[in-house]
Amino acid sequence: MVKIRYILLTMAIVLVCVGVYFGEQEMVLSKAIRICLECIGIG
Amino acid sequence: MMKRIIQLISTVLFNGYLVGFAKGSIYMGGLKVTCVPVLNCYSCPGALGSCPIGSLQGVLKSKNSNFSFYVLGSIMLFGIVLGRVICGFLCPFGFLQDLLYKIPLKKHNEFKFDKQLRYLKYVVLVVLVILGPMFITNQFGEGDPLFCKWLCPAGTLEAGIPLAIANDGIRGALGFMFSYKVAILIVILLLSIKIYRPFCKFLCPLGGIYGLFNRFSFYQMSVDHNTCINCNRCIEACKMNVDVINNINSAECIRCGDCVKVCPVDAIDSGFVKEFNKIKNEG
Repeated sequence: MVKIRYILLTMAIVLVCVGVYFGEQEMVLSKAIRICLECIGIG
Repeated sequence: MMKRIIQLISTVLFNGYLVGFAKGSIYMGGLKVTCVPVLNCYSCPGALGSCPIGSLQGVLKSKNSNFSFYVLGSIMLFGIVLGRVICGFLCPFGFLQDLLYKIPLKKHNEFKFDKQLRYLKYVVLVVLVILGPMFITNQFGEGDPLFCKWLCPAGTLEAGIPLAIANDGIRGALGFMFSYKVAILIVILLLSIKIYRPFCKFLCPLGGIYGLFNRFSFYQMSVDHNTCINCNRCIEACKMNVDVINNINSAECIRCGDCVKVCPVDAIDSGFVKEFNKIKNEG
């Protein structure tokens, strides 16, 4: 169980790092700073 | 009481851009580069971070990518560290459901098909959050966020209604979809008075993902079977209907701590794994 826990933690950190390497955080930001019309029931 | 204070602080913290509520606009600063651990709509006027489920749908299928390492990694990181303690202590929509359940009316927490309906959140996750946006796209090649569009009550409550009140332009554009989403919200809020956290139990895709991490997360619940007297008070106290004695780290446990409070022999413990040396049962 302890091994799985640390493997999953490592995988999560690696995924975040890969995402940052590809600049995905900028895509998240660009979506989040615009009002999501679907979320509010217009789109 | 401590739980309520944490829930309140977390709700205010995740939605701390108060100017947005007055202006009918949203925060557009750099903090939104990070995902918050809870289902908190990024179009809420107060939201300071990004909703992981909204972001997942937005980034999963866009003109530039077909996968989101960053959002999936963030969700996984929250899940492996905390599991569903996020649902129990940090989620603003969970907090609201908790408050509604306090209304003193007869409760219906145990009913037929309860167990089967728990799997619905995984159907929502796969169909509305993952497959929908991947296969249904607009003319710009961007995925359609089906969960936000057709189901998410948090978006209606935190974003739709406040923006409709404070922003003339948005109010003028409201139509059938808004009425439909308000109807969904009202049904879920009314159900929350009778059933404990119906959205968390049956529909929340984020809770579903975190539930999968409950067994492995650094934050754990444990039962000391040598101390336990099998009085079943914990099982009776659990409003998520978890078999506390045999499966305390079930995917359905939101780590609210009700079982810890009622145990007459202090056989139940919770905390980060390093903190307690007496984990007898991690399973």
